[in-house]
Amino acid sequence: MELDGVMLSRLLTTMTLMFHIIFATVGVGIPIMIAIAEFIGIKRNDPYYLLLARRWARGYTITVAVGVVTGTAIGLQLSLLWPSFMEVAGQVIALPLFMETFAFFFEAIFLGIYLYTWDRFKGKWTHWLLTIPVMIGSSASALFITTVNAFMNTPQGFELKNGEMINIDPIAAMLNPATPSKVFHVVTTSYMTSAAILAAIAAFAILKGRGGEYEKKALRLTVACTFIFSILTAVAGDVSAKFLAEEQPEKLAAAEWHFETETEADLIFFGTINEETGEVENEIRVPKLLSFLAGNSFQTEVIGLNETPEDERPPLWIHYMFDTMVSIGMFVMAVTMLFVLIDRVKKWNAFNKPLLLAILASGPLSMVAIEAGWILAEVGRQPWILRGYMKVAEAATTSNSVGLTFAMFAVLYLVLGVMAVIVLIRMFKNSPAEAELEKRFPNRG
Amino acid sequence: MSYELIGITVLWTFLYGYLIVASIDFGAGFFAFYARIKKKDHLINDLISRYLSPVWEVTNVFFVFFFVGIVGFFPATAYYYGTALLVPGSVAIILIAIRGSFYAFNNYGSRENTFYLFLYGATGLLIPASLSTALTISEGGFLDEVDGNVVFLAKELFTSPYSWSVVFLSIVSVLFISATFLTYYADRADDQQARKTLRQFALFWSMPTIVASLLVFMSLQMHNPQHYDKAVTDYWWMFGLSLVCFGFASWFIYIEKRYGTAFIMVMLQFFFAFFGYGASHLPYILYPYITLHENVTNETMAFALVVVFILGLLLLIPSLFLLMRLFLFDADYVKGKKK
Ligand code: HDD
Ligand code: HEM
Ligand code: HEM
Repeated sequence: MELDGVMLSRLLTTMTLMFHIIFATVGVGIPIMIAIAEFIGIKRNDPYYLLLARRWARGYTITVAVGVVTGTAIGLQLSLLWPSFMEVAGQVIALPLFMETFAFFFEAIFLGIYLYTWDRFKGKWTHWLLTIPVMIGSSASALFITTVNAFMNTPQGFELKNGEMINIDPIAAMLNPATPSKVFHVVTTSYMTSAAILAAIAAFAILKGRGGEYEKKALRLTVACTFIFSILTAVAGDVSAKFLAEEQPEKLAAAEWHFETETEADLIFFGTINEETGEVENEIRVPKLLSFLAGNSFQTEVIGLNETPEDERPPLWIHYMFDTMVSIGMFVMAVTMLFVLIDRVKKWNAFNKPLLLAILASGPLSMVAIEAGWILAEVGRQPWILRGYMKVAEAATTSNSVGLTFAMFAVLYLVLGVMAVIVLIRMFKNSPAEAELEKRFPNRG
Repeated sequence: MSYELIGITVLWTFLYGYLIVASIDFGAGFFAFYARIKKKDHLINDLISRYLSPVWEVTNVFFVFFFVGIVGFFPATAYYYGTALLVPGSVAIILIAIRGSFYAFNNYGSRENTFYLFLYGATGLLIPASLSTALTISEGGFLDEVDGNVVFLAKELFTSPYSWSVVFLSIVSVLFISATFLTYYADRADDQQARKTLRQFALFWSMPTIVASLLVFMSLQMHNPQHYDKAVTDYWWMFGLSLVCFGFASWFIYIEKRYGTAFIMVMLQFFFAFFGYGASHLPYILYPYITLHENVTNETMAFALVVVFILGLLLLIPSLFLLMRLFLFDADYVKGKKK
């Protein structure tokens, strides 16, 4: 690996996106959870849920702030690091980027209002109504930005003639074949991950011995939500795999170490590969499952990697990213299902230590799955930046100061990450839930 | 009106919006820090935080809107500015990132940390200085194309009187705009002491604003005579109006009356100057490489962007109005009686 301008630009883009996506994911999902908690709180007139919504919202201000500043960084960095790409692709795909800024506006305005008007309105529901534009705004941002990413995978809506873009159709570019599956999967995984992280926090509090009514209600709610969203995630993941089989077979083939085009293709789990011979060892092999994953029938023909010219194949290590993501998805679904089931049976105690530990692990693991999923999706597109049209190497900046910039941003993200964690911990340590409950709702039943 | 003219007008208007709201924010950070070290923070910092807390994110979106929009309408800007400005652009991003996040950390996390406040105040002056260089560069003479590669002539920039006068102007304008707005806000809040302090700031920064503007004119004449000629022959009246508005604003603040009108006058002062500058800059977006008509995006995209913009405004204007009603025009909130 040579550390030239292209490589450094890729590394810097990767670093920024991997950092941003943590906060973006939480930014899309937490408003849903806040809205659910406040809704239940008002509906049942239950101060515990109202306090949950308040405390989540307070923590959310910190993650949003980091999301906003890192998002601003990406927005500018895309032009700074990939000027040729932005100049060419911008002709076709500027529209959703522009739409996204309106979604940001919408979300930012109503989030500002939401956070500072808890006791401002007479009607109980007025304040809750403010969560709707926040949810719409944040999910719409995810939708629009994901169409851009989808466009990079399956570009359409233009023709290339002598290096000129003609017959441009921005709507067709937005609604490219990758858009539906990607948006569905990105949005559901954001919800799932956010719920899982909140569940992990509740589980942590209970494990630490703070197992009051408040923590138990928080855990029940967040685990149930995680469970529902993890089912949706798996469905969306399945849709994504079918999309890949259809439209971007080389990505699926590389992720699955699938070389020969065939029906009744096996699914390979983990294992090692000899890159020279293509020999796979130590794997768990599920017969015919890949065909089923690709088209709901064991007879589906799955295109192998050998059909792709050698210099256009993605690296084979994305296989592990795929396996990591899927394993985590299955794990989280199983754990949350177990909790929900055990909790239904009166005689059993769902709040036992092993289960709580597993829930605690689910939060960070889900975030790992998000990162693994994006690495799979982005590295699986290599060597293209615009699949079939422009390679990454042609798009990078010609500046030779990328190394310096990389170092500056690495320090920035380190500081932001550490500070965000410290501030969040301090914020909640200084005001324990019980004390706040007493203060805000002194005469609760 | 052609799409490109609509496009640049829209973008320029949003940049103007950013100039105003961001100046208030940037300047407020500086005043808050200054008040802390002068041990006067109990006088004004609550007031400042009451205004800023709900709106800082919205301010940031104005900026995002501008740069996403300009790359959308004029993709060539991404190429020229992107290639040339990697390092200065990254420095600006990092400053913005530090500022935004430390504002949140300070405001929602630990309130009393002077170091956070220092970062917040210092970046408030450094960001306008670094962002204003993008406008400086658009005058030409700071980029060169060598073998098809765009290079940034940093030495030229750092030794140019024009570039320094713009930096100076941007900093004093920020402080002036911010002080006049906060004086008005303090007045609405009926907070006598804060108003007194802030009014002094406003008066203090009024003269340097005008001096800096004159310096910019003089150095522009040396740097880009073509632009200067166009400004003084075709658009002299805009700059004249700007000066008149400045006069009114300072007068009202001086006689301690009508702080609201004074702030509107300041907004108009910058409106005329900013649009006079922008109009005389055309047809060049980046002199001499990018022009309005040659480097606009394709017609379909331009049309789509304009349509989305109109739809977006329909969504945005009522929302912004609601935000202002709740936090700016609600006397009880401004006075700190409502949480
Ligand atoms: C909580 C996180 C998470 C979990 C549990 C899963 N995924 Fe995922 N996956 C993502 C988070 C994610 C992601 C981060 O959201 C990605 C990256 C790009 C994208 O579109 O979504 C993604 C991409 C992605 C892709 C590539 C799509 C493309 O490049 O167009 C496929 C085929 C799958 N996933 C399939 C699955 C399957 C079959 C799962 C089984 C349960 C699964 N994912 C669980
Ligand atoms: C949604 C809009 C996105 C856009 C427009 C985008 C754009 C880009 C660009 C321009 C590159 C550099 C070219 C390349 O190396 O392929 C890249 C690479 C990459 N991006 Fe994305 N990206 C998006 C989403 C994400 C997200 C959210 C992540 C989260 C982690 C991510 C992870 C990566 C990774 C890991 C690479 C490096 C691939 C490599 O160089 O091997 N991307 N992306
Ligand atoms: C799928 C991946 C991504 C998701 C889900 C996502 C989502 C988000 C969210 C929720 C925010 C916070 C917005 C707010 O609260 O105002 C945000 C900020 C931002 N994101 Fe991302 N983002 C993703 C990738 C990207 C990429 C690749 C870009 C670059 C083009 C980008 C550009 C931005 C910008 C410019 C902001 C700051 C907006 C502001 O100032 O409010 N995002 N993003």
